[in-house]
Amino acid sequence: MSRPELTAPADVFYSHTEARKYTQSSRVIEIQERLTERAVELLNFPDDGSCRLILDVGCGSGLSGDRLTELGHQWIGIDLSEAMLEHAREREVEGDVTRNDMGHGVPFRPGVFDGCVSISAVQWLCNADNSAHIPQRRLKTFFTQLYKCLKRGAKAVLQIYPDGPRQAEMITTAALRVGFSGGLVVDYPNSTRAKKYFLVLAAGPPESLPRAKGEDDDEDDYERRGMRMDGRKSDKGAKYRKSNNHKGKAWVMKKKEQYRNRGVHVANDSKFTGRKRKDRL
Amino acid sequence: MRLLAHNMLACNAKGVVNGFPLKIVVKETRETETEFNAEFLVHMLPKMEWAAFVNAAREIGAGELPGEIPDDAATNEEFLQAFHHALLEVHVEEGTLVCPESGRKFPINKGIPNMLLNEDEV
Repeated sequence: MSRPELTAPADVFYSHTEARKYTQSSRVIEIQERLTERAVELLNFPDDGSCRLILDVGCGSGLSGDRLTELGHQWIGIDLSEAMLEHAREREVEGDVTRNDMGHGVPFRPGVFDGCVSISAVQWLCNADNSAHIPQRRLKTFFTQLYKCLKRGAKAVLQIYPDGPRQAEMITTAALRVGFSGGLVVDYPNSTRAKKYFLVLAAGPPESLPRAKGEDDDEDDYERRGMRMDGRKSDKGAKYRKSNNHKGKAWVMKKKEQYRNRGVHVANDSKFTGRKRKDRL
Repeated sequence: MRLLAHNMLACNAKGVVNGFPLKIVVKETRETETEFNAEFLVHMLPKMEWAAFVNAAREIGAGELPGEIPDDAATNEEFLQAFHHALLEVHVEEGTLVCPESGRKFPINKGIPNMLLNEDEV
């Protein structure tokens, strides 16, 4: 697989010729649309059909944005390539596009976006195109500012093409380090061609936590499963008494009674009768 | 660039604490028609920096809006129509965005604001 990141910086690589592919090649368009659809699916919005404001990082000519519009969302996109953005404008996309380098952060107010998608863009951050570029620092700036501009609990789904497990780990670590929670979702992990990496991140705690058990109904669910609800102190002898390789207190008492009747001296009964002795070395 | 984007954009250059709202210097605007979606507008209301939005709408000639969001905003059809027009239908095609703190200028060409920073501004 060819890696465009290794040939030239993003603003040079995505020239007018390359940008044209993104508006004319039906194959490229189809792939972009499918990836966007999957990304939105992973954003996992509540199914209320309402319109949300989404940030599209690396929006390019707005193919992913078109899909977002079709799904009924408003979007704002950022991209580095001027040629791609001009194509987006020629195609009269519904969303707003701005030119920006994601390695410099995202220029938005805090807490405004309901979600973020990014299709095949973030791996570009791992490349140093000039002496001022330090991949780790660019990743950190990007994720810090992305976190800031997302609403609390909002999700970001970033589809990436890492060039190996180490790069995937580098991107994931950078995201988790700034406070995102989440991780990689790999679609079709066993196929070389269909394999797709999605970094699914949430800014802060998720919007709706699953309902806790035992809030209004009582504890019978736990009791049914045999979980004790009272106290933490465990009964250490329980396992021994339950197992079958000893005869039990009733058997000991019966035997003692028999010996007493025969006139043999037997120890008095106490609460310790029939118990196992402590393990000794 | 529509006011929807303008209301979210902020200058993120190094050392700038409050890069919002960016002042708009308009050279050219364009109007389009978009589908009216009351639900989205109501959803956006709490997110908007209203004072900045009203100012920006005045600067680009997108109509006058009340200084404060009316209490009955969700049902006030007239208000929502005006809000919709200013938010989604007026595009700034050519102009400049100016950071309120540092005075850094971001040009808008062919409707695309160029927020690209130099390496020493990051």
